[in-house]
Formats: sequence, C-alpha cells, structure tokens
Amino acid sequence: MTDTQDSTQAADAAEPARAGSAPTRRSLIGWGGAGLALGAAAAGGAVAMTRAGNDVDPAGADTGAAVPFHGPHQAGIATAVQDRLHFAAFDVKTDDRAEFVQLLKDWTRAAARMTAGHAVGEGAYGGLAEAPPDDTGEALGLKPSRLTLTIGFGPSLFAKFGLADRRPEALVDLPAFSGDNLDKARSDGDLCIQACADDPQVAVHAIRNLARIGFGKVAIRWSQLGFGKTSSTTPDAQTPRNLMGFKDGTRNIAGTETERLKKFVWADAKDNGEKAAWMTGGSYLVARRIRMNIETWDRTSLQEQEDVFGRDKGEGAPVGKAKEHDKPFLKAMKPDAHVRLAHPDSNGGVTILRRGYSFTDGTDGLGRLEAGLFFLAYQRDVRKGFIPLQRSLSRSDALNEYIQHVSSAVFAVPPGVRDKDDWWGRALFSKEV
Amino acid sequence: MRAVRLSVVTAAATAAALAAVTGCTQKSDAKNGDAIQVTAADSKCETSSKTVPAGQVTLKIENKGSQATEVEIVFPDDRIVSEKENIGPGTKYTLTAEVKAGAYEIACRPGMKGHGVRQKLTVTGGKAAKRDPRLDKAVASYREWAQSEADATIPKVKTFADAVKAGDLEAAKKAYAPSRVGWESTEPIAESFGDIDPKTDTRADGLEKGQKWTGWHALEKALWADKKIGDEQKALADQLVADLTDWQKRVGKAEITPTSMANGAKELLDEVASGKVTGEEERYSHTDLSDFKGNVDGAQKAYELLKPVASENDAALTAELDKQFAAVNKLLDTYRTDKTSDGFVSYDKVGEADRKGLLDAVNALAEPLSKLAAAVVK
Repeated sequence: MTDTQDSTQAADAAEPARAGSAPTRRSLIGWGGAGLALGAAAAGGAVAMTRAGNDVDPAGADTGAAVPFHGPHQAGIATAVQDRLHFAAFDVKTDDRAEFVQLLKDWTRAAARMTAGHAVGEGAYGGLAEAPPDDTGEALGLKPSRLTLTIGFGPSLFAKFGLADRRPEALVDLPAFSGDNLDKARSDGDLCIQACADDPQVAVHAIRNLARIGFGKVAIRWSQLGFGKTSSTTPDAQTPRNLMGFKDGTRNIAGTETERLKKFVWADAKDNGEKAAWMTGGSYLVARRIRMNIETWDRTSLQEQEDVFGRDKGEGAPVGKAKEHDKPFLKAMKPDAHVRLAHPDSNGGVTILRRGYSFTDGTDGLGRLEAGLFFLAYQRDVRKGFIPLQRSLSRSDALNEYIQHVSSAVFAVPPGVRDKDDWWGRALFSKEV
Repeated sequence: MRAVRLSVVTAAATAAALAAVTGCTQKSDAKNGDAIQVTAADSKCETSSKTVPAGQVTLKIENKGSQATEVEIVFPDDRIVSEKENIGPGTKYTLTAEVKAGAYEIACRPGMKGHGVRQKLTVTGGKAAKRDPRLDKAVASYREWAQSEADATIPKVKTFADAVKAGDLEAAKKAYAPSRVGWESTEPIAESFGDIDPKTDTRADGLEKGQKWTGWHALEKALWADKKIGDEQKALADQLVADLTDWQKRVGKAEITPTSMANGAKELLDEVASGKVTGEEERYSHTDLSDFKGNVDGAQKAYELLKPVASENDAALTAELDKQFAAVNKLLDTYRTDKTSDGFVSYDKVGEADRKGLLDAVNALAEPLSKLAAAVVK
C-alpha cells in the first residue's frame, strides 16, 4: 500500500455516498467546509474497501466490497470475475479533441466515484428542485458490489483527433473468420466500457450514468448484458458453466499469476515501439457475441456433447481424467474437440485471459432462446492471441455446429489510472507517458 | 487508514446534527408561524389561517376522515397550484408551494373526487419574490409568440378541413402536416389545458375505453390507411376546426412561468425522443419529421427568450445549447425534400441507422436542455 493510494482513498471518501443521504446543495451554502465532513460521514458504509493489490481481490462477492479503481493496470481484467456484466460500445460524436478529453476526465471521475460506491456528481436527490439530479438513483443503498469499469479504445478512434500515428500495431482489425455472421450494428465501436459487478443493477447504473454524461460527445452504439460468469480468474474456484452446461477454460490465467499475466496479458513498453508506449501496462480486448443454437444442442446426445467439448459433463474433467483441473491428455480427445483445439499446446502456447459472460436476451422472433456466450478475452497482442486461436477454432471446432459468432469488436485497453489526478487515456492524449 | 476511519466516525455525528438543521422537512417546520394547519375530514376542511404572505406557503395537513383525501391549493378558476393526493386516513403530510399574491382556495377532496370542501385563502403581496423584469418580458414574448402560432395555424387547419369536406384525398393529405406545425411547436401549452389535446391529438393507442376517436390522427388513418373520406370524416374535420378555435382563444390565457417555459422546451424534446424518432406519432402519414421540426422550433423559441438570463447564470450551458440546437437543425435540413421547401422526406424511408443518428442528436440537445430551468431560476 503506497501513500498515494491512501491519500486518494481519503479523498474519495469525502464524497456523498449513494448508501447514505447526500447533503442538499442549498444546505452546503453557508456551511463552508462542513460539506466535506458531511460527505465523509455519508461515505462511511462504503469505505471498507478491499485492501489488496491492484489486481487481486480476495474478498468475495458476499462482502459487496469496493475494488480499488487506481493502480498500474485497469481493474476488471485480472480482478476476480464478478457475477454480472453490462458492456457498452460507443461512437464518438464530437470532432473537438478538447471536448473529448474533458469527457474522458469527467468519466474517470464518475467511474472512481461509482466503483467506490458513491453517487455521481452531486447525488441523486437533495439538489435544486428545478434541475434533474446528477445521479440517476437506482444504485442508492446498494453496496459497491465489486464494480469495475474498464475503458477500451477501438481501431476507429485512431482515425480521429489526429491519433493515427499512435495506433499500436497490435490493435489490428480482426480478419473475417470462417462461419462469422456479424451484425455491423452490434459490432465495433470507437470506445467501450466494460462494467462488471456482483449486482446487475450496479453495473447497469454505471453504464447508464456514463452514457448520460457522454450525451453530445459520444453515443452508445450497442450494449450487452451478461448474467453469469463463464470463467474464473481465481485458481481454486470451480470453473463456472456456460449455457451449454459445460465448464470451459479451466486453465484460465489467474489474477495471482503475475508471471503469466506479464507474459500473456499486459502490454510491455517494448512491444509496439515508441508510438504505442502509452499502452504499457494496458491490454487488448476482443469481444465476440457468440449465439448458441440452444434447442439443437439440447437434443444432442450426452456422448456427442462430451465429445464436442472433450470433457465429461458432470465434473468437467478432460477426457480420461478425474478432475476438472487435471492436465488434459489432448490426444485422447477427438481431433475436433473444443478443448483440444483451444488448448495452448495445440496453438504454439497461445494463451488468453478469458472473462466472458452468458447472456440471454429473451427469445428471437422464431421462439428460440436468444442466448449464448458474450466472449471477452484480454491478451498482450491480438495477433498472438485471439487471431491464431480463432483461426484454428473456426476451421475445425466441432462446437461450430452449435454456435455462431454474430458480433465482434476489438479494443486497446489503456493502463490503469494511477491516482486522482490521472485520467483514462491521459498517456494517449498527452506527450508524457 | 485508522486516521481516515476516525474522521469518518466523527463526521457522522456532525452530519446527523447538520441534517436536522438544514433538511428539507425541517424547513417547513418554521417557527415563524407561516404554516397553515389543515384538518381534513369526510365533510369538513378546516384551515388555521385565511391569509398568508406570498412566497413559500406551507400546509400541515392532517386527515382525520375515514377515507383517503387529496388537498390542493387552487386558483379561482380551479387550476391547481400545488396538490397532494392520497393522504390516508389518520396520516399527516406537509405540503409546500411557491405561491404568488392573489386569491386562492384550499380544497380538501375526501375520496379524492368531486369539488370537495373548500376554504378561501388570500395571499398578500408583502413577501412576494422579487421578479426579474427580463423574465417577465420573456414570458410575455413567449405568450405573444404562442398566440401568433395559434393564429397562423387556424387558416391552415381550415385548408385541411376544407379539403376533407370536399372529399379531395390528395389535397387533404398535402394539407395535413402543415396544419399541425403550429400545434407541435406550442404543445406544452395545449397539454397544460388538459381537455383539448385528447380531442385533437390522440393516437389510436391513446384512446380510453369508451372515448370516441377524434382529431388529426383519426383523419390521418382515414386518409392514408383506409384511403377514403366519408361523412364521419367530414364531421371530424369540422370538429377539429372547432376544437382548435377553442385552443386559439385560450392560448393567450395559459399560466406560463419562466420555469414552465424551460420545462416545456425540454418536454418538446421528450416528445421527439419518445414519439417522433420511433415513427409512432405519424404512423400512417409518416410526416413525423414535420412534427419533429415543429417541436424543435418551439423548444428553441422558449430557449432563445430565456437565454439572456440563463447565459448570465450558466454561460457554458447556453454555449452548449446553441451548438446542439444548430446541430439538430442542420441534421434535420438534410431530410428536406428540397432546400427551399417546408416538406420532409417520408419517415418510413428513414432507415434504422439514420433514425439512431437523429436520436443521438436529440439526446445531445435534450440532456443540456434539462438543465435550463435550473439556470433560469438560480
């Protein structure tokens, strides 16, 4: 724990909490410094933050604690995976660089507050009766719920604001893969915000309020809700099941595996030369909406289901093994089994950090469950991560009969916000790194 | 960390103490005797005072009756200044309202229906809030403009009605959208009357059980969907002229305040965002963009009149509003059938991506517009 982080936390605490009653704007007038004291008091319930490193949050979901917002890497990547997701992609609507930079600063401030369990701006009530409240209010009284907010910059952003010469080489446009059926309206985006929290209302509140702050500068292009985590970055935990009923990605990178994170997830200063030095400590995110043909999958025999994945359905153990975390013997699996094809050993060691969520958006017009996996994967270089992996999977994976990739996006996820004076994307938009 | 926690605990006690002094509910508990005690019962409505100074008026209501009641402060013509509905038997409620000097009544309405039991209330001018003459002028100019919009609308409605009555389908379709623009630009005023809008501007899905469908949209369906004009439509055309003539006579008398002007501007954008962008408003004629433009023009008129005061209080807000009004108007211009015409492309020809572009522009304007009222009253 550094001094910087302590002072930051004290400053964050001096804000109206959504869990308590915020002072009215009028009541602050005339009381001078009392406003700060009031805020600090109201924040009392929310300051019980997890006192841990930037990446790991050992405190479980049941405490409803806050995940520290500041640090060398953005939270929401190596952070223990929360239960719920609201992911939003935005288009930039302004061509004024200064206005966009101001938005990034405003967003950073709002994100720092919301992740700590505070309301946005002057709160959800108690302000001028004639004005709409700054905060929309639906998270009042809810715990921080381990909310993390993670920003990413899409390739199209680098065509704007004179950023062309700062686009990292690793931020490539994804190639077309066999079997893709992408909806352009639900793909891509200049920016993205990944909101993860254990309480869905906290995640939705965060995206809603950031979108509101962004009106006129950015507009939501598409968004996706996810209700169940499908991967874990906590090594001892059971791997959660996807909607096909299987455990997948049991050998995911854990938040505690500093060396693997360094090797496979965090962008290094040497990776992309001078122009992308701003990405040091960042990562690259691939988001894919993968629709599952739920009804046909459910009619598939148990034997075939297990063959398709290369695991048994009950325990999740690889073919011929007893436990889910046992080292798989790939040659025992069918050549087109999902685990075999996706395994690092079949891909020259390619390893990604998976952070996907199951989604169900009701049913489609034909009465089929509109459901699947909202795949999120972080990696140090998309060209050495998702692209070779998906090339292999899209060609041969037995699972392809039951899934379809229907949206796709890729983002450069900048490094963390260091302290309360720092802001999302500062290194990209300023000379100083 | 320990130091931080300690200060948190100390401040918590302070916070509780401060809240007791400054909290909203406490404000109405003023010790200067301003509050009027209102005792409501099934057949009576007793008030502790018949005269109060203008400004913040507080009613401390207690319902001693057997059924839920509603207490209102009303103008002599029954328009409501402020009200609290559904005050349960045996419960208390404190109602505060900003009331100008004049003659009023306090109405208790047991069962929340009927004329209720009433007491006179005289509000004297002694403490009336100091008014900004520029805002008075803004209200007067807005009233004048709304009247001129209504005056200009009547001949256009008559042209439309005459075409319907002549059974001329094409002429009627052509005259339909222009007949609505003045109404759309001043819609918050019409809606404040309560009784005209349901007769003139109701859509099929907005009908109450047993309500006869009249007004523009009933005719819209006949012209575009049914493609026929019968006696029923001719009668509807006459009624539309009569209802709008009633509207024209009342526009000038509407209760308008600087706050209601600002909120009206924001409501016009809400209309666009919820009804026009989706194509629901003009689902048969697809003339939604004409209504859209009328709504934006009306919002802009109110804004321009309030701008001298608003820009003094919040220059960044008015700069943003100037920019966003210009952006919306520029975008709308790209949908005109030709550069000189008042006509817009049929909305069924506007694709999903373009509709999103329109909504993005509306949101970009409506968000800062929602802050105009606060900038005016600051």
